[in-house]
Amino acid sequence: MRLQENIKNEEREVSPKKLMLEIKNLYKSFGDNHVMNGFSLQLFEGENLVIMGKSGSGKSVMIKCLVGLMEADSGQINIMDKDITKLTQRELDNLRTEIGFLFQGSALYDSMTVRENLEFPLRRHKEKFGDIGDTTALVTEALESVGLAYAINLMPAELSGGMKRRVALARTLILKPKIILYDEPTSGLDPITAKEIIELMLRIQKQYKTSSLIITHDVDCARVISDRMILLVDGINYAEGSFNDLATSNDEKVKAFFK
Amino acid sequence: MLILKKITSKANAFFIEIGEMSYFAGRFFKEVFTKPFEFKELLKQCYNIGNRSLLLVGITGFIMGLVLTLQTRPTLEEFGAESWMPSMVSISIIREIGPVIIALIFAGRIASGIGAELGSMRVTEQIDAMEVSGTNPFKYLVVTRILATTLMLPILVIFGDVIALYGSYIVESLKGDVSFQLYFIKVFNALEFGDIIPATIKTFFFGFAIGLVGCFKGYYCKKGTVGVGLAANSAVVFSSMLLFIIDFIAVFVTDIFFDI
Repeated sequence: MRLQENIKNEEREVSPKKLMLEIKNLYKSFGDNHVMNGFSLQLFEGENLVIMGKSGSGKSVMIKCLVGLMEADSGQINIMDKDITKLTQRELDNLRTEIGFLFQGSALYDSMTVRENLEFPLRRHKEKFGDIGDTTALVTEALESVGLAYAINLMPAELSGGMKRRVALARTLILKPKIILYDEPTSGLDPITAKEIIELMLRIQKQYKTSSLIITHDVDCARVISDRMILLVDGINYAEGSFNDLATSNDEKVKAFFK
Repeated sequence: MLILKKITSKANAFFIEIGEMSYFAGRFFKEVFTKPFEFKELLKQCYNIGNRSLLLVGITGFIMGLVLTLQTRPTLEEFGAESWMPSMVSISIIREIGPVIIALIFAGRIASGIGAELGSMRVTEQIDAMEVSGTNPFKYLVVTRILATTLMLPILVIFGDVIALYGSYIVESLKGDVSFQLYFIKVFNALEFGDIIPATIKTFFFGFAIGLVGCFKGYYCKKGTVGVGLAANSAVVFSSMLLFIIDFIAVFVTDIFFDI
């Protein structure tokens, strides 16, 4: 059953925004386990779209299909008007520089210092960014935007969970992406650090004018950050709307998320 | 019946793994000739892999030469054939013992290291992060490591062989009365191209096999810390087994071309 909630996005009605990312009828199965069963979404410019779902509902599978880490069985994925299934590897790699991805476990390269972690994507894309030479200014700018300029020479093992998440965010920001995908940005963090990360995400969105797709099951995070939400249940977008729309819904499955 | 079923399923899994590894090797040959070339990372890996193994290979080679000479000398003495010692030691070390023992030591150190390193990178999503940032992780991590092991092992084997011969000379100079010059003149007189060339060529294959297995096990490591341990462990077991198979084929082929 697909429950369509009222979408009250007044801003969009007044001035239709550019479509940054679109998924149409995404299907993905692992043997008999059908994870995605025709999931669709649209992300507009400057929007914070939150995807909520239970553990194992396929949120991470969806986001991995989105960046080409996993191949979908069927469906269409367009990022900035480009169908990622039809791109060559080089075109896909170039497109990936426009997309930041914050991993659940931060995924910092643990054999590199914080500086080297941030320099890595810059040095890999000389065609796009030119031969930057001294990257100190860019690295410092990205670290300052997450409040960790002092950690530039530390190793990831010397950082706390919250600091790792911030450095990972700085690493995605250094390429100045147009879209940022967050995979459970507050999971495993204490409430105070989680709140700091959420505030940081909001500040970054304003500063860098990014569009964000946030996967979470943290209701507080969704309440603060979301412009619009999609509830992912049984591989479909079960319900869609603003946080208030969904939080006041009478549907039992929707209510279960907000208890 | 149950035992037969278990054997069949184990054999199936083994052959599937062989197939996957062949595909992995095929991808290596495809990627190694396509741009961009990761020269900087290749040099870093060559330094890491070569330099990290230097001391171990040196000590192994030295003890190998020392022990071989100490244990063989009494038998040769019985026949009054001690003067044959340099020839015997050099041929056995250069042809077989040196490459195989050093490759096994190298496999224990490097294949497990690569398996564990790439395995933990897989488990902590570092490989995914690399891919998402627009870097080909296969090229950056796998191609460079396989090339580094392929290039470094022959150099390490030559180094280990020289140290082994020096170890052998030390025993000879203590037990008998032979000069450094005479010992090495006898060593080089005994050796032919048919001893050196095939033995050196096979070490490239050894190095390739060690890098391939280590990278394959790590790159496709299953989730969790248990997966990392298994990747490191099976990388050593599988690469050691592969070394003996390659050695058997190498000796067979050498026999055809060089008539050993």
